[in-house]
Amino acid sequence: MHWSSGELRTLRPLAVLLVTLAAMGRLFAQAQQAPPVPGSRFMVVLDAAHGGDDTGGHLNDGEYEKAATLALSVRLRSLLGARGIQVITTRESDQSVNTIQRAQIANRANAQACISLHVAETGSGIHLFASNLAPAQPTRFEPWKTAQAAFVTRSLALTGALNSALQHAGFPVTLGRTDLPGIDSMMCPAVAIELAPERASNKTVKSAPDDPDYQARAATAIAAALLEWRSEGREP
Amino acid sequence: MIPRHLAIIFAVLVLASLVMAGVLFHTLENAHKQMLTGEDSAPTKAPAVAAPVNASLLVASDDDNSLRSQVYSLPLPADPESRARAVLGKLLDLYAAAGSSHPVPGGAASVEQVFLLPAQSASGASKPAGAPRATDSGPQMAVINLKGSFVAGHPSGLETETLTVLSICGTLSANLPRVTRVRFLVDGEQHESLAGHADLTRTYLTSDIAPADSGIPAESVRP
Repeated sequence: MHWSSGELRTLRPLAVLLVTLAAMGRLFAQAQQAPPVPGSRFMVVLDAAHGGDDTGGHLNDGEYEKAATLALSVRLRSLLGARGIQVITTRESDQSVNTIQRAQIANRANAQACISLHVAETGSGIHLFASNLAPAQPTRFEPWKTAQAAFVTRSLALTGALNSALQHAGFPVTLGRTDLPGIDSMMCPAVAIELAPERASNKTVKSAPDDPDYQARAATAIAAALLEWRSEGREP
Repeated sequence: MIPRHLAIIFAVLVLASLVMAGVLFHTLENAHKQMLTGEDSAPTKAPAVAAPVNASLLVASDDDNSLRSQVYSLPLPADPESRARAVLGKLLDLYAAAGSSHPVPGGAASVEQVFLLPAQSASGASKPAGAPRATDSGPQMAVINLKGSFVAGHPSGLETETLTVLSICGTLSANLPRVTRVRFLVDGEQHESLAGHADLTRTYLTSDIAPADSGIPAESVRP
């Protein structure tokens, strides 16, 4: 079959249109897939809670929670980076970041783990919290404040991995579910980690939550858990 | 020259005036003290004439992040809203006491009001005209108005704030079974969080809350 040059000129826009439609169809099909392609890069989002005007809690030594969470985030970022894990942080300095912005950063990163970091003077050891939302099937468009519902099952699995690593490192761990607006809007396996004081058997404080050595030990155990999480190949 | 008897009468009258002024001042002081005493014993305390009944409180512990059911014998008023306020007052008194497993300052006076409203069904479907009203036997939503001083003094932290909210919701549900939803106000207005963490803008479902020892018989009744 032979085409004249005039016919080719006529068909060229049609061919371009068909190629464009095919490309759009492919993009649409990719967008339909909630999880990224297995084997893609492993990304962790570290969310140092509070910051700027939002000081968070007051620690006993006069320090603010926002400073202690930032210090923990910096330590953890360094440890993860050294282990070849890509990290995105929601803040790198004492700046205000609201819960919507935090969730936006996490959702754009398409991360395999989102860790919200907190410290407190109450309780002891390390508290792990997953979202209190009931698990739901993923949909193409997730409602903003309940987007985490589609990831709760994997968030609980990530909580389990963190619990194992922290207990293995000798930390007393308590598990819970909570309603935290920042996490409830995240579309990734998300866990809130709260570092409470390390206490002796008579409940006196051995290490404050902003103690550098205590934070370094906790960060090492969390990094080990995330390495384990990566090796298990659990994509969101 | 003033006659002697007039001078005596004048002195007696001056003395009587001074005595009457003293009595009046003393009476005013007493009235003021009585008024202040009356304010202190106002609505949060259950009337002593009410018969004690067993109230189940969901008490939080920071040590193991748990909620445990404890039964107390309390003189509770019959009015559901006053009853709700009384049981929450007892719960917050436990948290404010020395040696508490979940230390939170404030005590019973931290609960300003509790309102019980008909809870709308999740489906939002309207009931037929002949159906009983939600206020009669249907589910209720409790709106708890906390004092700003309680929120300002609450320790900050994910665990401690979550435990406070859940223990309040669970205690209400245990003593007023028709309460299925709980919302919080602070000084009559919506407040973003309890102390920076626990979300106070959402409606809490009491069905989501279970004590750590659910299924285990309640502990012995405490006074």
